[in-house]
Amino acid sequence: MDAEGLLLSLELASGSGQGLGPDRRASLLTSLMLVKRDYRYDRVLFWGRILGLVSDYYIAQGVSEDQLAPRKTLYSLNCMEWSLLPPATEEMVAQTAVVKGRFMGDPSHEYEHTELQKVNEGEKVFEEEVVIQIKEETRLVSVIDQIDKTVAIIPRGALFKTPFGPTHVNRTFEGLSLSEAKKLSSYFHFREPVDLKNKTLLEKADLDPSLDFMDSLEHDIPKGSWSIQMERGNALVVLRSLLWPGLTFYHAPRTKNYGYIYVGTGEKNIDLPFML
Amino acid sequence: MGDPPPYPEPPSQEPGTRRSSQVSEPSLDQIQYPAGVPEEEMPQIQASVPGWSQWGGLPQQESMPMFPPEAARVGDMEYPSMNLGFPPEFQTLPYLDESRIQGADQTNLILQQLQRDQGNLLQRLESVYQDPRSNLLDQFYQRDPQQLYEGSQPGPYIRDDPALQFTPSELGLPPYGAEVPEPEPRQLAVQNAKAYLLQTSAGCPLSLYEHLVNLLTKILNQRPEDPLSILESLNRTTQWEWFHPKLDTLRDDPEMQPTYEMAEKQKALFVRGGGGAEGEQEMEEEVADTAVPNVMEAAFYFQQAGVGLSSDESFRVFLALKQLVEQQPIHTCRFWGKVLGLSRNYLVAEVEFREGEEEGEEEEVEEMLEGGEAMEAHAEEEGEEDEEKVADVVPKPTWKPPPVIPKEESRSGTNKYLYFVCSEPGRPWTRLPHVTPAQIVQARKIRKFLTGHLDAPVISYPPFPGNEANYLRAQIARISAATQISPLGFYQFGEEEGDEEEEGGAGRDSYEENPDFEGIPVLELVDSMANWVHHTQHILPQGRCTWVNPLQKTEEEEELGEEEEKADEGLEEVEQEVGPPLLTPLSEDAEIMHMSAWTARVSCTLCPQYSVAIVRSNLWPGAYTYATGKKFENIYIGWGHKYSPENFNPALPAPIQQEYPSGPEIMEMSDPTVEEEQALKAAQEQALAAAEEEEEDEEEDEDEDQDD
Repeated sequence: MDAEGLLLSLELASGSGQGLGPDRRASLLTSLMLVKRDYRYDRVLFWGRILGLVSDYYIAQGVSEDQLAPRKTLYSLNCMEWSLLPPATEEMVAQTAVVKGRFMGDPSHEYEHTELQKVNEGEKVFEEEVVIQIKEETRLVSVIDQIDKTVAIIPRGALFKTPFGPTHVNRTFEGLSLSEAKKLSSYFHFREPVDLKNKTLLEKADLDPSLDFMDSLEHDIPKGSWSIQMERGNALVVLRSLLWPGLTFYHAPRTKNYGYIYVGTGEKNIDLPFML
Repeated sequence: MGDPPPYPEPPSQEPGTRRSSQVSEPSLDQIQYPAGVPEEEMPQIQASVPGWSQWGGLPQQESMPMFPPEAARVGDMEYPSMNLGFPPEFQTLPYLDESRIQGADQTNLILQQLQRDQGNLLQRLESVYQDPRSNLLDQFYQRDPQQLYEGSQPGPYIRDDPALQFTPSELGLPPYGAEVPEPEPRQLAVQNAKAYLLQTSAGCPLSLYEHLVNLLTKILNQRPEDPLSILESLNRTTQWEWFHPKLDTLRDDPEMQPTYEMAEKQKALFVRGGGGAEGEQEMEEEVADTAVPNVMEAAFYFQQAGVGLSSDESFRVFLALKQLVEQQPIHTCRFWGKVLGLSRNYLVAEVEFREGEEEGEEEEVEEMLEGGEAMEAHAEEEGEEDEEKVADVVPKPTWKPPPVIPKEESRSGTNKYLYFVCSEPGRPWTRLPHVTPAQIVQARKIRKFLTGHLDAPVISYPPFPGNEANYLRAQIARISAATQISPLGFYQFGEEEGDEEEEGGAGRDSYEENPDFEGIPVLELVDSMANWVHHTQHILPQGRCTWVNPLQKTEEEEELGEEEEKADEGLEEVEQEVGPPLLTPLSEDAEIMHMSAWTARVSCTLCPQYSVAIVRSNLWPGAYTYATGKKFENIYIGWGHKYSPENFNPALPAPIQQEYPSGPEIMEMSDPTVEEEQALKAAQEQALAAAEEEEEDEEEDEDEDQDD
């Protein structure tokens, strides 16, 4: 959610039950402004909160002029001092895929993972148990990256692409209409499109290249991994992800308010196919 | 838009190219006056078309640049000067160029004509023009608008032109009229073009002319930054707005219908019951004793931890609970929490009915169920009798379903409280049925999302005995049993009630508030989990809180000695299940993977003296408890599932049952193979052959004997 309208956004997203306490809100309002100034971001988004056992991580993201460019992620333990996280790489994601369980809340905590590795010694090949240390910071980075890639969404029309390439915030975005708001196809993943080129020509003919340049939620696997609800009697549409429980996207139809926040344990719900 | 090409040869030499796609180019570079515009031509035009012509001097960053493409697209212009025919509506700024070159004096006449024609449009734009909006062009507003309307001033937006700060006379330019062009063909061309633009097609009542007017009006009203980049969306929006006029006082917006209905329902919540005369009396009554919980207070404390619904939502929940209390005979009521579902959510209220107010509905439902079962049993018996009459007795199945464990009585164990749910405050509350042990046992084995509709079936394996209402109730029971906690000492056991031995070691199942409770400091509450206790009974593996021997009722089954599903139960003996007693501290809770089952925090580290202690369950994510001083409260907001670090493993299907017991009369034998059959046949033939030979030998012997 945009740091500009933080308070209103938190109110709208409170239907999921998790939010921020007043002291955190006050700290965020101040610190995010400073972050924006110091790092010269175009927009600062408050991404959410990952609940750890000892303490929670508060995550913010900075967006540059090009809205689709990779976002910088910052974390804080007390909503005041923010530290930049390194960008996620494939190896990080692969490495941390073996770590299970909750986050500790201590960025320097190391998970130990024993692996059987084949070691060549001379002519013999035998397996040895190797203990790999994985830092919690790495895990944090990869979890945030995964969540961003899979479930960070924006409504259709909120961003538009210019012929020069950069993506801008659409200032004439007046919100989705009620009928559009209930459809999954009106929401896009907030990331570089992956599936777009796989569309048939017929589908592509109907797309508006300035607005439909990202993947929509329609073809997400597994089907039904999004729960769309209207709250407050159609005055607010809330999408909750079932794949990463804790991610809430809200949008007030016919207004410009929208945003998403993740408040959860940072664990993927792998049992989703059983649960639907 | 790329860099416009430098200003080429005068457009008069290429009148035909004006309508080509390159129209935008000359229009753009006409804006770049400072770049390389023939200065000498400018004064003429400025003289000829006072004010209007001075648009040529407009700097590039004006909001004007977007108009040229519009005007350019206006149509196939054979006469470039025709564009001048729309001064009041369009900032046909670029086409000044043509006017400049081809005789600006003509344009003036045309302009005057059109201006007279377009009185209404001018009025409309006048209103726009009078709108004192501040923007980048503030500097140009110094000029009094009225001045620009003197005489035959055609364009209302002249004020935006920096050169317009000076009247033509100030510039010392020769007055317009030095050149005398031919007005007639020009005029005609303009009118033709305009007529073309005004035409509407059968499918669309909106003409391009009107649309462009609307578009430009809108842009000039709103004065967005960088309008060129949002031109397409503006275009689309304008068109859409024409066909969807917002003001319709007679008809309601169909899309907003459900919203209004919901708002009406919620409005009913806010209305206080009773008439005005009884108002005071009721107020006193209400203040005195009410079962409605103080939801706002709990919401406030939970909010300190960042948990819970927003304050207006909490208030609506409070009103909804108040409505529930008025409708049902309720003794105590508590807001249990919110369970999220796929299409709707559930707000759950935990209530206790007044003494003696039994749930009539519940009994009716039970009777119906029992009646149904009796019918089924009867039908089975008849079926069996029919089968016996058949000559061949079909072996009766020896499988008997495991004994049904009786559910607990109301107000005890898992059914201690009644639960009401509703999906949104304002909607009617629905009561959930009591939970049976079988449902709890099955609920432990499955993991399903709730859809939000109480009558939805729960399709799972092992099959859940009931629909979503039962599943929800079972989950509520599990969550309550596991996560309802209170500070140590808040509750205490009542006076001794009988011997513990008599109760079978099941422990006490009732508690009462401790009047001497003095509260535990927040820091201590956070430090040690031993300061918290469970005040709901633990649910045994059987599915109940108090253990019941399932075999006691069914003596017939004991005789048969059939197996039961639970591994640790023998054929005739069932071990008693024991769980932790009531009021067990949390420190005794089992760990999940080296992680304690609870996380405790102070709500605000910056001001510990005023914080509350917040405890979060790691086993059931979404269960929170706060405590401060003598107050505490539990709440659950979540999906309703337990946390498990391991992946969910669905139960395997049951092993294939034995069709029948092997006995002497029913024994399968395998058919003899071909070789065996052949061997047998060969042996038989051999035997036969041997027997024949013997007979022949005997006959021969007899013959020989006879011969002798």
